Amino acid sequence: MNRLLSSEFLYNYRRNLPAIFGSALLVIFGLMALVGPLLVSQNPYDVSQLELMDSFKPPAWLEGGDSRYLLGTDGQGRDVLALIVYGARISAFIGLTAMAFSCVIGTTLGLLSGYYSGTLDSIIMRIADIQLSFPSMLIALFLMSAFGTGIVMVLIALTAVGWVVYARTVRGSTLSEIQKEYIQAARVAGLGNFQIIIRHVLPNVMTPLIVVSTIQVGTFILIEASLSFLGVGVPITEPSLGLLVKEGFDVLFSGIWWTSAFPGLFIMFLVFGINLFGDFLRDELNPRLR
Amino acid sequence: MLGYTIKRLLQMTLVLFVVSVIVFLMMSFTGDPVFMVIPIDSTEAEIEQARRLLGLDRSLFSQYWIFLTNLLQGDFGRSYVFRQPAMDLILERLPATIEMVLVAITLATLVAVPLGVYAGANPNRPASRGIMAGSLLGISLPGFWVGMMLIFFFSVRHQFLPSSGRGETIQFLGLRLSILTADGWSHIILPAVTLALATLAIILRITRAGMMEVMRQDYIRFARAKGASRRHILFGHGLKNALIPVVTIFGLQLGDLIAFATITETIFAWPGTGKLLIDSIYRGDRPVIVVYLMLTAFIFVAINFIVDIVYTLIDPRITVK
Amino acid sequence: MNETLLDIRGLKTHFHTFGGLVKAVDGVSFDVKRGEVVGLVGESGGGKSVIGFSILRLIDPPGRIEAGEIVFDGEDLIRKTEDELRAVRGGEIAMVFQDPMTSLNPVYTIGRQMDEMLKLHTDLDEPARRARCIRMLEDVGISEAESRLDAYPHQFSGGMRQRVVIAIALLAGSRLIIADEPTTALDVTVQSQILKLMRRQISERGAAMILVTHDLAVVSEMADRVVVLYCGKVVERGRTEDVIAHPAHPYTRGLLDSIPRITDRQHRLRQIPGTVPDIRKLGKGCSFRERCFRAQPLCAEQAPKLAPVRHSLDAACHFPLEESEA
Repeated sequence: MNRLLSSEFLYNYRRNLPAIFGSALLVIFGLMALVGPLLVSQNPYDVSQLELMDSFKPPAWLEGGDSRYLLGTDGQGRDVLALIVYGARISAFIGLTAMAFSCVIGTTLGLLSGYYSGTLDSIIMRIADIQLSFPSMLIALFLMSAFGTGIVMVLIALTAVGWVVYARTVRGSTLSEIQKEYIQAARVAGLGNFQIIIRHVLPNVMTPLIVVSTIQVGTFILIEASLSFLGVGVPITEPSLGLLVKEGFDVLFSGIWWTSAFPGLFIMFLVFGINLFGDFLRDELNPRLR
Repeated sequence: MLGYTIKRLLQMTLVLFVVSVIVFLMMSFTGDPVFMVIPIDSTEAEIEQARRLLGLDRSLFSQYWIFLTNLLQGDFGRSYVFRQPAMDLILERLPATIEMVLVAITLATLVAVPLGVYAGANPNRPASRGIMAGSLLGISLPGFWVGMMLIFFFSVRHQFLPSSGRGETIQFLGLRLSILTADGWSHIILPAVTLALATLAIILRITRAGMMEVMRQDYIRFARAKGASRRHILFGHGLKNALIPVVTIFGLQLGDLIAFATITETIFAWPGTGKLLIDSIYRGDRPVIVVYLMLTAFIFVAINFIVDIVYTLIDPRITVK
Repeated sequence: MNETLLDIRGLKTHFHTFGGLVKAVDGVSFDVKRGEVVGLVGESGGGKSVIGFSILRLIDPPGRIEAGEIVFDGEDLIRKTEDELRAVRGGEIAMVFQDPMTSLNPVYTIGRQMDEMLKLHTDLDEPARRARCIRMLEDVGISEAESRLDAYPHQFSGGMRQRVVIAIALLAGSRLIIADEPTTALDVTVQSQILKLMRRQISERGAAMILVTHDLAVVSEMADRVVVLYCGKVVERGRTEDVIAHPAHPYTRGLLDSIPRITDRQHRLRQIPGTVPDIRKLGKGCSFRERCFRAQPLCAEQAPKLAPVRHSLDAACHFPLEESEA
């Protein structure tokens, strides 16, 4: 954890162009999701603000474009940029929340598994093994198709596929941590298991957790987008970026590309930013995870 | 070796059993399939009869028992929609999916391994940094979006390649294949590229990491001191040692490709199992979903098994036990 | 037969690291005559191994050969192209590495790794190559050589692997073997076996050897001449018996005093005080002065040049030890 605040970390960060670029992307996207709705001209979900006359306007710099709609409009006259801003909030919300859920559940299971090796450990790790031999996308797709759609279901599905990575990472770190003498000393000193886990083990597994979490947010955003694209993700009333791309698919063949191209491009840069920064964190904080 | 194979087969059976339980339980939570098979204007009595016919009136446990014994007897249920055996439906479409997945992974490997070897052997060159940035972009891409953009560019705007279907197919060894005709290739290339991108990036990164590790080893220096050529050192001495993690990821990626084929097939209207799965999910065609999941589960455990065998072929230090 | 095989003049190999410039080899000169064993001695970090790798131009960035000549059999290796060098590597000059556990490729059989050497440097056909590999394995003392060809490195012990590595180095009939700490990673009991084996095999073949080691005891057994290195520079060189009996440089004296002698229980082991200085931060003057019991103000001012002292000895010291002192 201290590694994060060290001057060497900051020094390396300042020298690492991809990391700076990645985090700049993230800051821009973060601001956009936070204050974006104030900046765009319309609320695309307020029907009174929509003009059907303005449907399928191409981006502003193309012939027939309208300066009010920088990235063009869709079939209902909704500003694509505004849709992206609102959609990005949903995508980011899902990515971050699913990360938080799977982090808490996975870390808890990983700590228990590593600390109390034995039956519990075998059960958790066997489940993890079986789950890991299936692609997370397929598991998520299956869960969505079995239990129905909606944001809550997406979060459940993502948590269900995401906990394994945390459990594995944390278990590994826990196993190596409890070998160390100070844990033995704490035991001898009469500290309870719970206290040892919280006070001594947990702080030491934080570094890999931060690294894994960064990458996981990107993965979750991509899986959510794929699910929504397939129509088993978020509902049409709360469209994420992936659903926007799906809606654009239907009109793509009539040559209207901007309603799908820009939301997708946005997903790409968002995830790219996360991955650039995550890569840097991994190299800096935990070279073993490479 | 025999003992190992038996042990692995038992493990595989256990995994498949667990999967069958999970699949069955999940499926029994989703809606009442009886409404899938009866006409909308059916009477209560007709509904009850259909329910009995489907075995839905029994306890969950005996339903599973019937499900399992049927599975073991090769009876995988009939599609509610197509009114034919679900297994037949899937097997009929399986060659299309496998064909696309194999083209994609071949494409990905052929591009990724040389690039990964280059980037791993010369980590500080600008070209290597470019390759790495590109690969990171590759794993950040939403695959479905790439497919759409390819369709727009090559099919809508330039009408250069077709956007859907398999094109002309030829029967070969009883399988209908697209890759034997030029028309088939023009149909398969866009979906295969779409599918390949993420895999390409991942295989590339693993290959590079492995090469970087291997190139530091003494035996590489020793090979250089013997006077071996750079090419032989990279591909003869280096790559074979770097291949072990690549093979792991190769197996996992094969599984991922089958999963992501659902999306690619949906975009390109490729008549494979993935599109069938998505269609079946929309229609609530439960038997087809079940068979699809059981079959892919089987394919995945089989891939894992093969990967473990391949390890022993690459690395003499690993012996099966 | 006493003509020069290898002549190194003013070799400088530097490493451009983030921490600063490391002058691992800084103006080293020595020669090797045909059929002769020359020992390169010094503490770890003294640049001994880098010289070995420099001769075959196996220095990777951030390292670079900055200056000097490496004349082998009348030709300067520094000027050769990479392709020309490949014929020299393994063919004319072969290397034996320090750690036999890591210098063989784990995924290929011993036979294949031996065969590679012959394929690269001879025109022999397959049966002839195989026969030669078998004979060579027998020469280095590996029994059941024929069946061992199909074994993998991990099926061998450390000592056996080093025999294999030596066999590979000798296979193509090289005229110079560079052995980089060939016994350091081995058990003490195996060490002397391997050394004797190398000595015998090399003299039977009339090859020369550069033996890189930190162990003066090994050198005294093996080498005809000794080159002592400190901080990338030659501090003393000469015939082995002269260096061992009456060294002129205080550093060599220190090295000799730190060797335990079983025969002489009264002998007090003495360490050289201090440690090897940070090679990136050497100022002017003699780099050994801070550890030297004879250091004078002059030593901090001016770096001593390598100059003849007596008999065969050259030393780089302002105040060399007299024969009677040493």
